[in-house]
Order: sequence, then C-alpha cells, then structure tokens
Amino acid sequence: MIPEIGHFALILALCVATIQGTLPLLGAASGNASLMAVAKPAARGQFLLVLIAFCCLGAAFAVNDFSVLYVAANANSKLPLHYRLAAIWGAHEGSLLLWTFILCLWMVAVTLFSRHLPEAMRARILGVMGLVSFGFLLFMLTVSNPFLRLIPAAPDGRDLNPLLQDPGMVIHPPMLYMGYVGFSVAFAFAIAALLGGNLDAAWARWSRPWTTVAWCFLTVGIAMGSGWAYYELGWGGWWFWDPVENASFMPWLAGTALIHSLAVTDKRGGFKVWTVLLAILAFSLSLLGTFLVRSGVLTSVHAFATDPKRGLFILAFLAVVIGGSLLLYAWRAPRVGLGGGFDPVSRESMLLANNVLLVVAMGSVLLGTLYPLFLDALGLGKISVGPPYFDTVFVPLMTPAIFLMGLGPIAQWKKADLPALAVRLRWAFGVSFGTAVLLPFVLGKWTPLLSLGLLLALWVVTTAVVNVRERVTHLTGDSLMTKLAAVPRAYWGMQLAHCGIAVLIVGVTMVKGFEVEQDVRMNIGDTTTIGGYTFKFDSIQDLMGPNYTAARGTFHVTKNGGDVTTLYPEKRFYMVQNQTMTEAAIDSGLVRDLYVSLGEPLQGGAWSVRLYHKPFIDWIWGGCLIMAIGGVLAISDRRYRLGWRREQAAAA
Amino acid sequence: MKRFLLPLAVFAVVVGFLAVGLTLNPREVPSPLVGKAAPDFSLPQLYETEKTFSPKDMAGKVWLLNFWASWCNGCKDEHPVLMQMAKSGEVPIYGVDYKDQRGEALTWLQQWGNPYPLVAVDESGRVGINYGVYGVPETYVIDKQGIIRYKQIGPIDQDVLHKKILPLVKELQTQ
Repeated sequence: MIPEIGHFALILALCVATIQGTLPLLGAASGNASLMAVAKPAARGQFLLVLIAFCCLGAAFAVNDFSVLYVAANANSKLPLHYRLAAIWGAHEGSLLLWTFILCLWMVAVTLFSRHLPEAMRARILGVMGLVSFGFLLFMLTVSNPFLRLIPAAPDGRDLNPLLQDPGMVIHPPMLYMGYVGFSVAFAFAIAALLGGNLDAAWARWSRPWTTVAWCFLTVGIAMGSGWAYYELGWGGWWFWDPVENASFMPWLAGTALIHSLAVTDKRGGFKVWTVLLAILAFSLSLLGTFLVRSGVLTSVHAFATDPKRGLFILAFLAVVIGGSLLLYAWRAPRVGLGGGFDPVSRESMLLANNVLLVVAMGSVLLGTLYPLFLDALGLGKISVGPPYFDTVFVPLMTPAIFLMGLGPIAQWKKADLPALAVRLRWAFGVSFGTAVLLPFVLGKWTPLLSLGLLLALWVVTTAVVNVRERVTHLTGDSLMTKLAAVPRAYWGMQLAHCGIAVLIVGVTMVKGFEVEQDVRMNIGDTTTIGGYTFKFDSIQDLMGPNYTAARGTFHVTKNGGDVTTLYPEKRFYMVQNQTMTEAAIDSGLVRDLYVSLGEPLQGGAWSVRLYHKPFIDWIWGGCLIMAIGGVLAISDRRYRLGWRREQAAAA
Repeated sequence: MKRFLLPLAVFAVVVGFLAVGLTLNPREVPSPLVGKAAPDFSLPQLYETEKTFSPKDMAGKVWLLNFWASWCNGCKDEHPVLMQMAKSGEVPIYGVDYKDQRGEALTWLQQWGNPYPLVAVDESGRVGINYGVYGVPETYVIDKQGIIRYKQIGPIDQDVLHKKILPLVKELQTQ
C-alpha cells in the first residue's frame, strides 16, 4: 500500500508541476496577477507530494519491503538501517527521486525568501523550476519508477553495492545534488530575467546568495566524493579524472565563474550577457552530468546500470531545456545593453580574464570527457583520455588564473594603475617567490612543479594579507578590533575562500611531490619502512560483520622506535553481492596520512600490502571546506541579513 | 545576433554526438586477438582431472571458448543462454573455469546445469592472461583453422546470440 501512495503522490506532483510550469508563466506574460499567484502554492504543494513519495520509498526500505523492485535490488534484510535508508539514493531511480526532492526543496526556499522580488519575476522563476521538475517527474514515472512492484516478492534483497556502504556515501550524493540542483535557481533567475527583459543589477543581486549556497554545497559534495574515493577504493588516489568526477567538476568550474561574474554585474552592472550565459551553462552542465552518469555513454569506474530508453529520454530533455534556453538567450541577449566601460587594467578585466580561464578549463574538461565518445561516434577508434591530458591542460590554465586571483581583489574597479599595483604587491611577490624557491630545498627535493605550486599558494595568501592590511588601514575606527568588525563579511568570505584554494594547492603540491607508496609482500611479523615510518604486520584475524565477513590485519606503526599508531585494514567479502571490498586503514594528521590497504592473500599466509605515506593530503579536502566556509560567510553578510529581516517584518 | 547563436550551435553539435553515442557501447573494446590464432594451452579438465584439454583438439571445428567461474555474477545471467545453445547443438561451447575452486565449480554446474561438453581448469589465470581476459564471462568464437573470429566481453544475451554469434558461427561452418 505504501509504495502505491508514493507512486500516486508522484503522479499528483507531475500534475502540480504541469500547472506550476504553465499558468504562472502565462500570467507573467499577460500580467494576470491571479495566474501568477498560483506559483507559490503550487511549488509548496509539489514539495509536499514529493516529500510524501520520498518518505514512502524510505518506509519501504525501512520495513524491508522486497515486493518493491527497487528495494529488492538495493537492500537486504541484513543491511543495517542507516544504509538501508541511504540506499534510497543508492541507484538510478532513487537518485532521481532525490534529485527531484532537492529541486522541490530549492523551490520552497525560493517561495520563502522571495518577498522582495516583483511578483512577475517570482512567478517566472517558479514557473521555470516547475518545468524542470516536470521533466524529472515524467522521467521517473515513465522509465525510472522507484515504486514498481516485484511479483512475487523476493525472499530477500540483492543488497546495496558494497562500495556505497560507507558513511561518506550516505551524505555525499545529497550534498552533491544540493549543489547541482541549486544551480537551477540561478538558471531560473536568468531565464526569468531573459523572459521579462529586465536584466539589471537587481537581478544579479538576487541571484548571488542562491548561487553561492549552491556552490558551497557542490564544493563540499565534490570534496566528499574525492575523500570517499581515497579511502574506499583502496588505491590511495583522490582524483582520477573519471567521467563521473568530471561531471561534477564542470558545473563547479562554471559556477565559480558565475559567482565572480555575478559580482561584476551586481557591483558595476557589467558582464550582463556573460553572466546570463554562465547561469545557463552551470545548470546545463549539471544536467549534462546527470545524462553522462545515467545513460552509460561513457565508461567509468562508477558502473551504473544503463538502459537506452533512459539515455534517450534525458537527451531529449537536455535538448529541450538547454536548447530552449540558449535559443531564448540568442533571441533576447542582443537587446541587453552593455554595462559600464572599463580599462584593460582594472578589476573588471581581471575578473573577465579569470572567467575566461575558468570557462576554458571547463571546456577542456568537457572535451577530455567527451573525446572518446567523439572518436567512437566518428568511427575513428576507441581511446580513453586519462590524467596525463588533464594534468597537462590544467596546470597552464590554472597558473595565470591563480596569479590573477591574488591581483584582482587589490585592483580598483574601472581603472587600476599597474605600476602602483606592482609597488603595493612587491613584498607579497618577493616573499612568496623567495620562499617557493627555497622551501623545496629545505624539504629535501626541488622540482619546478613543487616550486610553482608553493609559489601560487603563497601568492594567494600573501596578497590576501596585503589586501586585508590595506583595507583595515583605510578604515576609520579607534581600535583594530572595531576596524576589523567594520569590514563586511562578504569580503572576509571572499578572502577565506581564496585562502581555501591556497590550502588546496599546498595539499596537491605536497602529495604529488612527496608521496611515497609501496606495494609489498608481507608475512606476519614482517616490517617495511616508508617515509621514516616503520609498519609491522602483527597479525591477521577473521571478523564477522552484519552482511560481510572480513580478514582484518593489524599493523603497528612506529617512528624512530616510538609508537605512532595501530592500523586495522580490512578485506571484506560481502556475501549477497559476492564482492570483495578493500577497507583501507588511515591514520590522518595535519601534515601526513599513513595509509594501509590489504591487497590479495598470497601463498604461505602472506599478503600483498599497499603502504602509503601521503604528506598534506588532508589539506586538499580542508581547502575545499575552507572555500565552502568562505561562501557561507559571504552569504551571512549584513546586506542579505538586512534583506531577510525586512522580509520577516513585512510578513509579520 | 550571430555571436549569440554560437552557444546554441556548439550545444547542437554536442547533442548530435551524444545521440550517436547512445547507440554505441563504450565497453565494446576491439580485441587485438580477433583475426589471430587462438593462443595454445594445455589445461587439466574439471571432471576427468588426469586428462588435459588443448585448443588443438578442436582443429577443423567451429567452437566457442567460454571463460566462467562459480563466483561470477554475470556468468549466472548468461547461463540460461548457454544452456539453450547447448540444447540446440548448433555449436559446441567449451568452458574454462577461471580462477575458481574445483568443488565450488562442480556444485555450481550441478545446480544450474552443464552446457559444456568439457571444462578446462585455469586455476592460476595464466591462460586467461594469454587470451586477454579482463573479467568473466568472456567468450571467443574460434574457426576451423583455430583463428579467433569474435570476442564477447561480458554475458552473452539473446540479442548478441542471435545478431552476432549464431550468424557468424553459421558463416564459419560453411567455409
């Protein structure tokens, strides 16, 4: 009964989405207030219906209802409850339900925080989001229904993919989707502005917090995915340039460009057309990512079940949504006036250059991701594009972008004075250059890339320090504290996010430069030393988990005779899925990770063992987290809080 | 106007390629072994352990060499198709039990049925390496001269059976 309620709720949601996607847009076009007023209740109603569907699927998992095909395929009575609930988004159908649910969540958020918007604008935004949601609901109900029954019911389920039975995987997809789908708000704002023909600074001001929130979620989501790959796949890598990873990285690059372009549109009224295009691009790439992941046109380590009908549906949907938006853009954008002019050396020009670099980077990731498909489609053979291509393309693109990242916030709007900039930044450059050249020698190894990485990271931090210092000295105030407090949070947020990039660069540089990895054959009692740490293989014992059996090794780690830690890597065998999984054991630290994973058992009781010493690797994810915190700080800025307070006052 | 249409044009090209991409299978990797002689081996048999099997024994016949294992999920999926082929007698399927335990392999065949006239045992996976096996099941169509004519990666389904394997086998048998 419960699955049928969920199914029915989805059908009703589709009906509501149809209304939400048509009447408000018609109302906005004809100036009919009562039609426009439909948007808000429709969005909230749709949210409730999808919430019901979501809870119904959750309930089916909770009570082990194996008469539901999706539950039978992705859970098992022995699977612990928290993983059974996470299994809601463990495969295709449920992921789409999560996607739609999060879209509804964003729609409700728009209805709550949009009192200051003109009625027509809000109606258009919710209308566009309603159309997107219509597409996804239709997709679910036609070819990806999570509520299909399995008759007769399976005696037990086939269990969740063991790779996904991990705490990181419980929260990674919702985070990522919050980011992906969050860009739909900026997209809807842009389309609404194109439809209404009022692309002004106000539109950019409204879009900014939404875009930043989505970007924060996406940043955290990607970082979590990378962290998951690091400890769950057991080979110590943190980024593989896999199509599925690229699918999440491309919207991030476009979204990052969008955040910066929105700042220019908001503050200076410039880049309007470009900003609109980026807003369309960011969401289009989210949709494209969904297509790439779900259609199976590309091979990936993330093996998802594929079905040609599904691929065709998403492609058609993609063509309608993105093609339609770009057509609208081509039609309306030429009428949008240009913003204020600016000099070749100014903050605008630097932001523009940065934007172009980010978009080119995004384009090269897209090209690398789709290149195998292009060649295959043209009958030119099968190839795969791997890390060498991406690394080669990325470093030269990101180097100038990060150099400009230090320069941009210091340069004046409209017209900056280059010699004066050089004088203001001479210390920052001197310190970072000197340190970057010398530090690797102190660390024991010099390579050009090591120096370059450190230079970029130090440049970002030192320019930020110079910038903050200048900003504070120009303020009037009695003490340093009052001066610091007078600086808006948006500014701190920006600086923090930029420093997050610096932290990330340090992590990447140090890991690439100094990581030590060793594949060794170890017997009980053997020792191996890497990076100054001695790993002793003490014992191996058998364990029984809820739905798996495991061999657990005990490794005692010492350094210079002193105890460091004991690590327990596992080799798990999941009975239902007949799969072997490697659970790496990691001792994390601020400046290094020690990583042990069990390979295959060898003859004579020995094991092949992977040992890694990864300096500064946690800085990679730490940097992402700092970026996201920077974003949160930026949206907690006074101007937005004031806006909300005014709204609440108006509501009361 | 023209430059504003550029994004749409780029997008149209991408959609075109994606549409073609949907009809292709990215996992279908051409094997360098197709068109070459099947690598020779001599492996012990599963049932009569003192006897061995070699591809040379099959000279003059068109036959299928199927790598499988009792631990392999995909083999379970393709098994009914193999049984159906075995029953029809159109082409003999010789099995190679790949990196498996003898007892479990025997139980598996007893439980689900045995489509193979003969099963060879590749316990170490050495022969699999020579054949470029990177996952089971994989199936090779080998002609009368002992040359590999086709390689199926992953389970054989009805589609592959009727559109690729059986027509090819018939063509090779008439040669």
